[in-house]
Amino acid sequence: MSDATRTEARPRFRPATQESPAARLTLIAVACVGLTILVFAPLVAVFIEALADGVGASLQSLASPDARDAIRLTLTIAAISVPLNAIFGVAAAWFITKFDFRGKAFLITLIDLPFSVSPVVAGLCIVLMFGTNSLIGGWLVANGFPVVFALPGIILATMFVTFPFVARELIPVMIEQGRAEEEVALTLGASGWRVFWTVTLPNIRWALLYGVLLCNARAMGEFGAVAVVSGKIRGETATIPTTIEMLYQEYLAVAAFSLAAVLTLLALVTLLLKTLLELRHADQLAATHRH
Amino acid sequence: MHIEIDEISKAFGSTAALQPVSLAIPSGALVALLGPSGSGKTTLLRILGGLEFPTSGRVLFDGQDATGLTVQERRAGFVFQSYALFRHMTVFDNIAYGLNARPRASRPTRAEIARRVTKLLELIQLPDIGARYPSQLSGGQRQRVALARALAIEPRMLLLDEPFGALDAKVRKELRQGLRDIHDTTGLTTVFVTHDQEEAMELADLVVVMSMGKIEQIGKPQDIRARPASPFVREFISA
Repeated sequence: MSDATRTEARPRFRPATQESPAARLTLIAVACVGLTILVFAPLVAVFIEALADGVGASLQSLASPDARDAIRLTLTIAAISVPLNAIFGVAAAWFITKFDFRGKAFLITLIDLPFSVSPVVAGLCIVLMFGTNSLIGGWLVANGFPVVFALPGIILATMFVTFPFVARELIPVMIEQGRAEEEVALTLGASGWRVFWTVTLPNIRWALLYGVLLCNARAMGEFGAVAVVSGKIRGETATIPTTIEMLYQEYLAVAAFSLAAVLTLLALVTLLLKTLLELRHADQLAATHRH
Repeated sequence: MHIEIDEISKAFGSTAALQPVSLAIPSGALVALLGPSGSGKTTLLRILGGLEFPTSGRVLFDGQDATGLTVQERRAGFVFQSYALFRHMTVFDNIAYGLNARPRASRPTRAEIARRVTKLLELIQLPDIGARYPSQLSGGQRQRVALARALAIEPRMLLLDEPFGALDAKVRKELRQGLRDIHDTTGLTTVFVTHDQEEAMELADLVVVMSMGKIEQIGKPQDIRARPASPFVREFISA
């Protein structure tokens, strides 16, 4: 009895932030199960389904004109909308963090709007504004520049949906960094433009890269808004995601999943690129205290 | 360079940061703007440096109206409270920044820039740290690099915002002497902001005591000690 009390009273030396082994094991198990069910299993399933009839069948379906057009269109959309959103995002973050003005809080909320609005609603808004029945849309169509059911509309929809990624990634970083470095550069005689290129941009480049990568992944994967605006015309306005959906509806599982696998691979390559860059510039990252 | 502040006021929205204040700073002087936080001393310093523009009043450099000069045209060597070293550049590139930023016609050659940076590193007694990044420096080293960077542009005046604020007591004392030495070597008109009356009294030729956006007293340290002009000054300098 006295022995037992003594053992209990003995202090255990464990770091203050560390939990008991049982608690740790439970947490790790929950995380592993969650990751497997939510992330890993679906990822593997996509590839298994894609290769269900063998690699040949899968590649053949990807070589079909519809699939090739879809891939080309999606890459075109990303190539146009991501750089534009990077520029808009940097401009918005710069404006919000380096200047004081009335209505700033409202502007920050507005940047978040695409996150809270359903992509389908966003698509419908674009159709309403630029459709043939609208004032602007009618005029544009009459002048040979259709927006809805054409590339411009898809790009508009993609840009709307992916607009917050870059700005959202940059704003907290730029707020934390403050304005002092820019102000110093100005006192040293640098022009505003030079300050941006030599001080602001190098300081935010990692956050910018993250934002661009996220933006790109979403731009290639966007379904809802694009489905509404594009009209899903095969070989013309069908992107990878909308084509996958159409193929799946037609019970062409191998074709659908092969295209899905391509989309997944594009996303994985993006992540790999990010990781490689991080490894390569680990010392610089440490020097600038970012990520 | 002789600096004259003529009835300068500054308001941020509806709050007045500076009541109209006037002050003449003789050429080559080492001046302390002393006061508690919110006294308007940093605002006044930023107006001198061109980072803030006054709501009314004029600033004169050597008798010439400088109120409308841009921050780049002022050529003021500015040292910030947190030093604001460019964190992605080496110490060498930090110090060379102002020289590299000059238009091509007046930019020194690469070799000349290297020579000047080396000389400045010697002046701040840190000759071997050119290749390091700011994150690898101690607080005192950072402050001296910030000073060297400000001196590199051959400024017309030196403006320092709480230059010793982020340092511990021992380093503070050492660097105080360092600033005095650099001031005496370069002969630059120097204005620094501080809330530490001991620092102001020990270092400055002329102390400007400020409170609530107004100048309470201007004078030599011993005169202010001997004859405080108001109850505020008496209380503040005895703290």
